[in-house]
Amino acid sequence: MSFTQAIFEALESLNGNKMRSGLTVLGIVIGVAAVIAMLAIGNGAQASITGSISSIGTNLLFVFSGTPQQGPPGAGDSRSGNNDRPLTLADADAIADPFAAPSVEMVAPAIQGSGTLTFAGENSTTTISGVTPDYLTVRNLELAEGEFINVENMNGYMSVVVLGPESAIAIFGRADGVVGETIRIEGQPFRVIGVLVAKGGGAFGSEDNAAYISFTTAQARLIKRSSRDQIDVLYVQAITAEAVPQVVDEVSNILRQRHDTPIGADDFTIYTQQDFLSTLETITGVLTIFLGGIAGISLLVGGIGIMNIMLVSVTERTREIGLRKALGARKRDILLQFLTESSLLSLIGGIIGIMFGWLIAFVVGQVATATGNNFTPIVGTDAILLSTSFSAIIGLFFGIYPASRAANLEPVEALRYE
Amino acid sequence: MDWVIEARELTKTYKMGEIEVQALRGVSFNIKRGEIVSIMGPSGSGKSTVMNTLGCLDRPTSGEYILDGESVADMDDDQLASVRNRKVGFVFQSFNLLSRLTALGNVELPLRYAGLTEGRRERAKAALEAVGLSDRMTHRPYELSGGQQQRVAVARALVNDPAMIMADEPTGNLDSKVGKEIINLLLKLNKERGTTLIIVTHDPNIAAQTERVIRLRDGEIDSSVVENKGREK
Repeated sequence: MSFTQAIFEALESLNGNKMRSGLTVLGIVIGVAAVIAMLAIGNGAQASITGSISSIGTNLLFVFSGTPQQGPPGAGDSRSGNNDRPLTLADADAIADPFAAPSVEMVAPAIQGSGTLTFAGENSTTTISGVTPDYLTVRNLELAEGEFINVENMNGYMSVVVLGPESAIAIFGRADGVVGETIRIEGQPFRVIGVLVAKGGGAFGSEDNAAYISFTTAQARLIKRSSRDQIDVLYVQAITAEAVPQVVDEVSNILRQRHDTPIGADDFTIYTQQDFLSTLETITGVLTIFLGGIAGISLLVGGIGIMNIMLVSVTERTREIGLRKALGARKRDILLQFLTESSLLSLIGGIIGIMFGWLIAFVVGQVATATGNNFTPIVGTDAILLSTSFSAIIGLFFGIYPASRAANLEPVEALRYE
Repeated sequence: MDWVIEARELTKTYKMGEIEVQALRGVSFNIKRGEIVSIMGPSGSGKSTVMNTLGCLDRPTSGEYILDGESVADMDDDQLASVRNRKVGFVFQSFNLLSRLTALGNVELPLRYAGLTEGRRERAKAALEAVGLSDRMTHRPYELSGGQQQRVAVARALVNDPAMIMADEPTGNLDSKVGKEIINLLLKLNKERGTTLIIVTHDPNIAAQTERVIRLRDGEIDSSVVENKGREK
């Protein structure tokens, strides 16, 4: 018997018991759809998280003072005396020196605090950052209107502010046409000179909900630090993403020298985007596997459903099998017949499941977009291949036992079966 | 002599748990090509065992069985399947048609297993015409009367041009009038085609229409009654 005949006959036989075939297929549909949807959501989450990190710039490094174990300088410390020196503007200048650190493209020191913005009775509490003009480039920000903090603002200790779009909306009710207005930050008047383009939520709080003022102004009037040139964080841009490890070395050497710390007792911490990326990718990867694994269990249950129904079918059709054998069917003909039926069940289930899973992923994406989350589930070809091949294997695997039971029936016994 | 069946010293032993049951205790007979033979005997006489063995559905425990020139006793399952397909046509008491298939589809089944890809439809149609069902080809079994169903079964039995047709109580599920028609059909086909016909039956009236009766009792041929009205041996 040829293969096409076997498929045709299997379709005929499955068609003969629509309800049962449909329910069996449903088990596989749910399994495959769950796998597809879960993997799509997992991949989407991963892409959205890594995407938002990449938008900050993968060649960006963060330098903080203090070590992660120890906390910021000045906090309780086990080492004799607290020799930790905070990062300073001088450190930033040293790192910006192209001869000392050739792999560094640009450096942007910042001090950060929180403050309340006020305009015409509207309040909004947000992050206030004192930054230098390079901050715009280093942080990969774009202006929607106006301009960013420039050198004159710095030198003149001018009271100017660039707003993130969310902050602008919070106090003005709109994000455009606000340049030239004067707002109050912690009661002090500042003139709005620019508004940033929305970037979407990042992993470290939204940059859209922020206000940027001149570093000098911040230092002098808003964010007081113990020493005049102390900075909270130093953003360092590497010349390329590949040069990030060199930058880590260069920056570490410069800071160790300048802070005169013993080897192995650094008083600063460098984070790279790669660190964040790989950590988050690990987390979301585990999450995806976890979701996919749970969905895979339902696929397995669907497979057991196929086996169950095929066993029932073999028992029910014992006489038919006996007759077919009497008419000259060999073992492999019977085997092929039942394997084709079980494979078709899982294949049909797989195809419907892919479409259904795609639909689920699409709906989840729509819901996410409608609720304002930047999140698109990704139905990958790998997920489709994985679940189709998995469901086909399940059809074969769970079909083999019933089919071989059918094939090994003795014709005499089978014909006599009532 | 042109024998279709040469059976020598066939024995069959079934194991039922610890107990061994001897269903056949050395049965020997020959059947000529084109002969009409009935096999009779009370239940438990080994009648079904003989039929299963002759039909190549089962192997004898010992003995020799040559069907149409092929020694069958030592064949494996797939070889037996092939022999059944080519040389034996079965007609069962309960018709055994597949309800999903049309009359034509049922008759085509042996041709499918024969690996035939072309001319199946034509041969199946010819077989259905031979049993007088040319107007019922696309009907499914449940749309046919018992007699018509058995005719489809007869067509299925002869579609592969077998060496013999093996009919197991072919009239058992039919009323006497329709039963007679089926027997007459089988006899007519035997006359027209020369296909050897073996009928297993309880009914002495049917046995009387055959050329020879093989009677079985307790797993042996009961030679106390010898009926041979047919052609010379």
